[in-house]
This record gives sequence, structure tokens and C-alpha cells, in this order.
Amino acid sequence: MTKDIYPILIESLQVVTVLVASPLLVGWIRVLKCWSQGRSSAGVFQPFRDISKLFIKETVLAENASWIFRATPYIVFGATVMAGAIIPVISVDLPLSATADIIALVALFAIARFFLALAGMDIGTAFGGMGSSREMMVSSLAEPAMLMSIFTVSLVNSSTSLSQMALVLTSNPIVLRPSLAFALLAFVLIALAENGRIPVDNPATHLELTMIHEAMILEYSGRHLALLEWANMMKLFLFAAIGIACFFPWGIALKDNIGMLPAAFILLAFKLALIGVFIVVAETVLAKMRIFRVPEFLGSAFLFATLGMLSYFILE
Amino acid sequence: MNVSFAAQLNSVLAALILLTAFGLLAQRRIYGLLHIFALQGFFLSVSTAVVGYSAGLHHLYISALLTLTLKVIVLPYILYVLIHRLRIHKEVEEVVNIPTTMLIGIALVIYSYHLTAPIRELSDFITRSTLAVALATVMLGLLMMIIRKKAVTQIIGFLALENGLFFAATSATYGMPLVVELGVALDILIAAFIFGIFFFQIRTTFDTLDLKAMEKLKEEE
Repeated sequence: MTKDIYPILIESLQVVTVLVASPLLVGWIRVLKCWSQGRSSAGVFQPFRDISKLFIKETVLAENASWIFRATPYIVFGATVMAGAIIPVISVDLPLSATADIIALVALFAIARFFLALAGMDIGTAFGGMGSSREMMVSSLAEPAMLMSIFTVSLVNSSTSLSQMALVLTSNPIVLRPSLAFALLAFVLIALAENGRIPVDNPATHLELTMIHEAMILEYSGRHLALLEWANMMKLFLFAAIGIACFFPWGIALKDNIGMLPAAFILLAFKLALIGVFIVVAETVLAKMRIFRVPEFLGSAFLFATLGMLSYFILE
Repeated sequence: MNVSFAAQLNSVLAALILLTAFGLLAQRRIYGLLHIFALQGFFLSVSTAVVGYSAGLHHLYISALLTLTLKVIVLPYILYVLIHRLRIHKEVEEVVNIPTTMLIGIALVIYSYHLTAPIRELSDFITRSTLAVALATVMLGLLMMIIRKKAVTQIIGFLALENGLFFAATSATYGMPLVVELGVALDILIAAFIFGIFFFQIRTTFDTLDLKAMEKLKEEE
């Protein structure tokens, strides 16, 4: 009986974790940022309040908004939750993780981004179009680098399934691998770019000339905006989860092992807290770069990923 | 520290040397170039010491020490003084833009891997796999000498090339005899001094360190 319920239980636990923990992670990052700048913070639960406020508010639609504009928040949210159901966050024994490997996962994120860019252009405002074109520029450069970085990890673990990769990494003894170090470096750069964090985009500003993500969703309001914001928080959480699963999976719950779940939760919280600290330190130290420097930034990410793959063949 | 761990450590250091070689290609600022060059020398010296430990060859410790003093401290210091005296503050100019250079660099790494693959089959040293990296470092140094315009950056490319040769010697044959290494080290040191004198000569003659000026052999019409 437990054997039948266990997959459903773990899958729903996972989705709930993704939904709840992602605003918490963003809240934690904001709190840390406030502390580092000597301001008093609004607490880790502020993103929840923001989202629930947006859900209550009225949704204002532009007159010439087409179905794309109205459907995009649901598509983006749906694709992101789907991605959250595939990435092993607390346990490698995910029933849904067999349905899609990491390449399909990248494609899921690409679907969300594609519709977001379309919606940005749909209304016909200048900012939306500008945001979409910038987002597409960044993502067209980030995606090959992301795939290269992931292929390196797949080569090391001889699988493209994230669960399998995490399982292989945890069950083998730790060895120093330059290829994984390069892949991690590339992945960090890409994750910063994909989530619109500082050096590439500033998530906290609505300054016309520099915004990328905010420019695309400028016309959204009410529940649509709430869904998009929530999906964006989940995206950050999921990139952190992919990073953990690919590079630091130790402590994740293994197959048919309910007893490991509490420890897995605590370790996950610990790792995410560390990632938050890393992001805040990076954003404090770095300045936002010029948009024309972004191709160079992502080019170096691609270089690191390629070097990682090469050093797998040359040095290991 | 057992042998397999030493081999792992050595491949990590090889990867870092390769990374610094790419860093030299990408770096725009001249002081940044010096720092990366010193870092490369440091990794090279640690790698030599690790190889010396794992192979039980103690003369490699002396090479490591020599590398450390010469390539991490003395040469960067001489270059630093030169740059300071010549008052070069501007960003480094390049013939080819950086992303293209990176792609050429990646192609060179693949090519050197292809070239050294047969040697790798023959050797049974723990360092055999780093030979490709060493050759790649040589080629990247050469590439740097080709794509940079200024004399000082070309010299840094040359010294990086020499780093690659030294690394190749350590990884292919566990280092050259100590006499040869001492000779090479002295040569490099003398070369650095001569380069310095040349820089001043070039600048007093042409009013610039851009070697493009030296291509004009005729008087202006």
C-alpha cells in the first residue's frame, strides 16, 4: 500500500515545496540585501504578501490585448510548475523525472520565455518590445552555454536525467574534477543571466533604459502579474535546485527512503540559504554591466562550459 | 597524499593553467595581464612541485622554486616597473575582437588534443594527459603574440608561451635536467632586461610602442 502512495506523495510534496519555498528564497535574498545595506527589512514573508495582494487586485487589460497576452501568465506559470515537478529537489525518486531529461527541461524554460517575449510585444508598447528583444538576445546566448555546461555534467555521470545524475554523484566517492568545476562556473554565470540578476539585469529596478524582464511584464497587473512574479521566483529557485542536483546533490533523499526526507529538507534549506548569501555578495560586489558587454559575459560562460567539456576528454 | 590524488590535483592545476592562458587572451587591462601572468606562474610552480612529489624526483622542487621566484615575483615586477616607466595606462588594443579570439583559442585546444593523442597512448606517466594542455598553452601564447599590437603585451604572450613549454617538459618527461632549466631561467631573465631596453629604443624612435609603426620601412612621401 505504501509503495503505491509513495510516488504520488513525494511528487506532491515536491511541487508544494517548490511553490512555497521559492517566495521564501526570494524573501531571504531581500532580507540579506537589506542587512548588507544597513536597512531594516520587511521579513522573509514579504513576497507572499506581495503575491496575495496582487491576486486580490483588479486585472486591467489593454484594449488591443490578444489571447496571447491573456494566456501567457498561465502558460509561463504552468511550464515553471512542470519544471518544478521534474527537477529532483528533495528526493531522486521522482516519478515524473522519467518523463523529461534536462534537455527537455531547458526547452520547458524556453517555452515560458518564448511566450513571455511574445506577450511583451503583443500590446505594442515600446518598452515591451525593447524588453522582449533584449531578453531574446540574452537567452539566445545563454542557452547554448547552458546546454554545453549541462552536457559536461551529463558526460561525467553518463546520463541526461537529472535524478540519475544526482544519484550517480552521491553514490560515487568524491574526486576532484576540473570539468565539473568549469561547468559549475559556467552554470553560475548563466543562472545569473537567466534570472535577470545583477551584472546582467537588476530585478529591483524599473529604470527604463536598463530593465529587461521588468520591461516585458510592465503591462501586466492583478492576478496575471501575480502569476508571472511567482513564476519568476520559482525560476530562481529551480535554477538553484538544478545547480544543487548537478553539482552538490549530497544529502538528497534516495530511492524508497522516507526516513531521509527530514534531513534532505534541512540540508536543502541550508544549501539554499548559502546560495542566497552568494547571490547577495555577488550583487553587492558587482555593478550592472552595459548591455553590450552581456554577449562577452555569456561568451565567457560558453568558454568555461566548452573548457569543461574539453578537460573531461583531455584530463579525465 | 597518494598518487591518484596527486594526479587529480595535477589535472586541476592543468585546467587552471589553461584557464589563465584564456584569461590572458581575454584581459583588456595591462596590469590585469600581469596579475594573470603571475597567477599562471604560480599554478605552474605548484604543479611542478606536485609532479616532483608524486614521481619522487627532488630536482623538480628546485625547478618549482625557480619558477616561483622568477615567474611569480621577478618577471612580473620587472614588467611592472617597465610599464610604470613607459606610462602605459591605456587598454590593450587587439587585432581580432575577444569573442572571436576565444573561439580560435578553443579550436587550438581541440587541435592540440588531437596532436598529442598518439603520445598519450605511448606514455605511462601520471602527467601524460596534461601534455595536451601544455601544447595548448604554447599555442595560446603564440596566438596572443599574433593578435596583440603592443610590444609589452606581445612579450607577456611570449613569456606565457615559455610557461607552456616548461609545463610540456614537466608533463612529458618529468622535467628537463636541472642545468638546462637553470640556463633557460637565466635566458628568460636576460631576455626580460633586453626587452626593456628595446621598449625604450622603440619608443624613442617611433614615439609609440605599437609595432604597426615598425612596418613602415620607407620615409613618408
